[in-house]
Amino acid sequence: MIQLRALTKRYGSFTAVDALDLDVARGELFGFLGPNGAGKTTTLRMLAGILRPTSGSVAIGGIDLAAQPAAAKAKLGFIPDRPFIYEKLTGAEFLRFVAGLYGQDGAVVERRMDDLLQLFDLGDWKNELVESYSHGMRQKLIISSAFLHRPEVVVVDEPMVGLDPKAARILKDLFREYTRRGNTILMSTHTLEVAESVCDRIAIIQRGTIRACGTMDELYASAATGATGLEELFLRLTGEQAPREVEQVLDV
Amino acid sequence: MSDDFGAEGPVVLPRAAHALTPLGVSRVAAPHQPTLGQILRPKLLTARPRAHAALRGRVVRIAVLGVVGALFWGFVLGILVRMLTYFHGVPEIGALLAGKLLGLVFLSFLGILLLSNVISALSTFYLARDLDLLVSAPVDWLTLYGAKLVETLVHSSWMVVLMAVPIFVAYGWVYHAGPLFVLVAAGTFLPFLVIPAVAGSAVTTILVNVFPARRARDILGVVTVLSAGGVVLLFRLLRPERLARPDGMRSLVAFVEALRTPSSPFLPSEWVRGGIMSSLLGASDPLSFYLLWSTAAAMIVLGALLHRALYGRGFTKAQESAERMIRARVARYVGHLALAPFGIVRRELVMKELRVFFRDSTQWSQLILLAVLVIVYIFNIRVLPLHGDGISFFLVNIIPFLNLVLAGFVLASVAARFIFPAVSVEGRTLWLLKSSPMPMKALLWSKFWTGVLPLLVLALAIVAITGVMLQVSAFMMLVSLGTITLMTFAIGGLALGLGAVFPQYETENVAQIPTSFGGLIFMMSSVALIGAIIVLEARPVYSYLRARTFGTAPDPAEMAIGFALAALLCVATTVVPIRVALRRLEGAEG
Repeated sequence: MIQLRALTKRYGSFTAVDALDLDVARGELFGFLGPNGAGKTTTLRMLAGILRPTSGSVAIGGIDLAAQPAAAKAKLGFIPDRPFIYEKLTGAEFLRFVAGLYGQDGAVVERRMDDLLQLFDLGDWKNELVESYSHGMRQKLIISSAFLHRPEVVVVDEPMVGLDPKAARILKDLFREYTRRGNTILMSTHTLEVAESVCDRIAIIQRGTIRACGTMDELYASAATGATGLEELFLRLTGEQAPREVEQVLDV
Repeated sequence: MSDDFGAEGPVVLPRAAHALTPLGVSRVAAPHQPTLGQILRPKLLTARPRAHAALRGRVVRIAVLGVVGALFWGFVLGILVRMLTYFHGVPEIGALLAGKLLGLVFLSFLGILLLSNVISALSTFYLARDLDLLVSAPVDWLTLYGAKLVETLVHSSWMVVLMAVPIFVAYGWVYHAGPLFVLVAAGTFLPFLVIPAVAGSAVTTILVNVFPARRARDILGVVTVLSAGGVVLLFRLLRPERLARPDGMRSLVAFVEALRTPSSPFLPSEWVRGGIMSSLLGASDPLSFYLLWSTAAAMIVLGALLHRALYGRGFTKAQESAERMIRARVARYVGHLALAPFGIVRRELVMKELRVFFRDSTQWSQLILLAVLVIVYIFNIRVLPLHGDGISFFLVNIIPFLNLVLAGFVLASVAARFIFPAVSVEGRTLWLLKSSPMPMKALLWSKFWTGVLPLLVLALAIVAITGVMLQVSAFMMLVSLGTITLMTFAIGGLALGLGAVFPQYETENVAQIPTSFGGLIFMMSSVALIGAIIVLEARPVYSYLRARTFGTAPDPAEMAIGFALAALLCVATTVVPIRVALRRLEGAEG
């Protein structure tokens, strides 16, 4: 459903994403893990058509994003990590606006909108201006907007940031159910427990390249180091030095 | 609350330094205070790479900027040198006229600076993103005030400084000023910039204490009404009719007396005039310098005291956000009905534009000021002495033609406020627009029409009303209406296009976008466009008026070529910038 071929992004002499190849199948929930600055967000933003790749290609549902951007994007829903939206629209107006961008309106959109807002406890806030929403409420609103037009592929950057435990749980259930229905989700996260508990497959990215990719069992096997948890596995696969002793740092 | 921001500044408790008092409150040694330079350093460090990045590898852009800037400066310098040379040759009153002109220019600068400082101070003192860091750090209140005042002053004044350079050069040139004149100019101009910066920041601090900053609706409403009042006041202070019609005065002595009398002896613009003119005429006027510097110094002290008393409370209020329940079902229904032919995407884009505009006070409140300006404008046309003995058909009909220039300037300033920022305001939502299948063409389409249609109504109303008042001929009315229509589209296209070429995606205050560098380029380009249209149409209009006056037949070829070229220029200026904007938006990375 998602195909990345030799995807590369350079900013001057710095290579953020280096010839990345990746295939994500229909109905799969795929996790992207990596340290800060590894190139996760850049990859996802290229996938969403926000950044232009320096070279390489992105295909969504078999449609080349560069050749047919509108057709490819119509299959996509994107949830960014920084939830900036129009402050002067109400939650309901924002959702109708997003549906409109995908050419959808009418009773079906209204029904889906109400259901999604209720799911995330935003029903009572529907007619309030977004400027009065908290960070978490904005995140919930953006998540709702990404599912409103029922895209075949959802790309999510750090979905759990700012969410309360209840909303995080609802989101995990939503992701699971959505992929069970044959849709595809690609998400980046720093929360290793989330990746471990919901993702079918995980890729660990570092310095713009994929260091390891597979199911949890496959990752443990490939590391072959006797790692007992994802955190340890992550640190070994990314070759990160062991964190310095906290006390040692604070004593300086 | 006041302790956090008050005289002692925020308190930091170093482990070893504090000891408990009987009440259990820590007494601590004074924490390290960052200097003004340390606080301003990040601004300097980010400004340099930004300027380099904006110009790197863009030879064409640099060349265009250089040429447009040089042309504009050359134009202002040329006109001023010509005028001042003429004044210089007039015995007795030449220097008075030059001084009066300088006073009027600086009075305008003062008005612009006051308004722009009020708007800038709202951002720098209350809404800037670095404030959370600065207010939570152990930064002394006076240092914070100084840093933010400097930031406000630079933001608000750089354009006026650019405008002032050719003015000073022209005066120095015509009056053969020596190298010391540079020091005199700088010595008068610097305190002149400081005074409105302190006053504007103080007005904002008071307003924010009355209304929360994020409820900018109320603040900007007040600011707008104040500025509208300021415009009327400024207009009265100028007393242009007294200078334009010396024959209306009792005698030459009365005319000279009017020239000699400052608009108001309490205005800093008059002190600048006094300082500059006395230096140019070889006289000594220490009073002007004393007034400028002492007033600036006194205002900084008073501004700092006001800041100490009110900033903490105001900053807290600025963190409050508006909560408003909106149930605009009727508006939605009407919008759906009216915009149905344009499809779902364009309908939603236009409705979003309208909602955001009318719910954002920084946008809609400017309509009040606009209304005042239009009323003053129409009133001025009404009082023009164009009827009576000695007023020819030629004069009555040439005025509405020249009126197009003024109407064009009004349109350009409105477009700078409302259309130029249209692309910039989408900066933080580019992720949404770029990741959706919506074509960027649809976004520009909605931005263009929501901006240009109201502008067109305004333009046609101004020209039609003034045309009727002036009782112009049917031909001239047709020419005026046709020209203003095409000019509106061209100015709209230019504003949208240059707004995309010089986007301010990271701005914290929409009202600041028109005063950016790109805004200046837009205004200069608009002036050039209006001038070109008038030059192209001047020949056929003159041909028609001459024929009517002397009973001859106008040359049809000359008329057709002139009007066709003007129309072509307008169409090109509408289409080309929008195409450039489209390319920019399609290539933009959010």
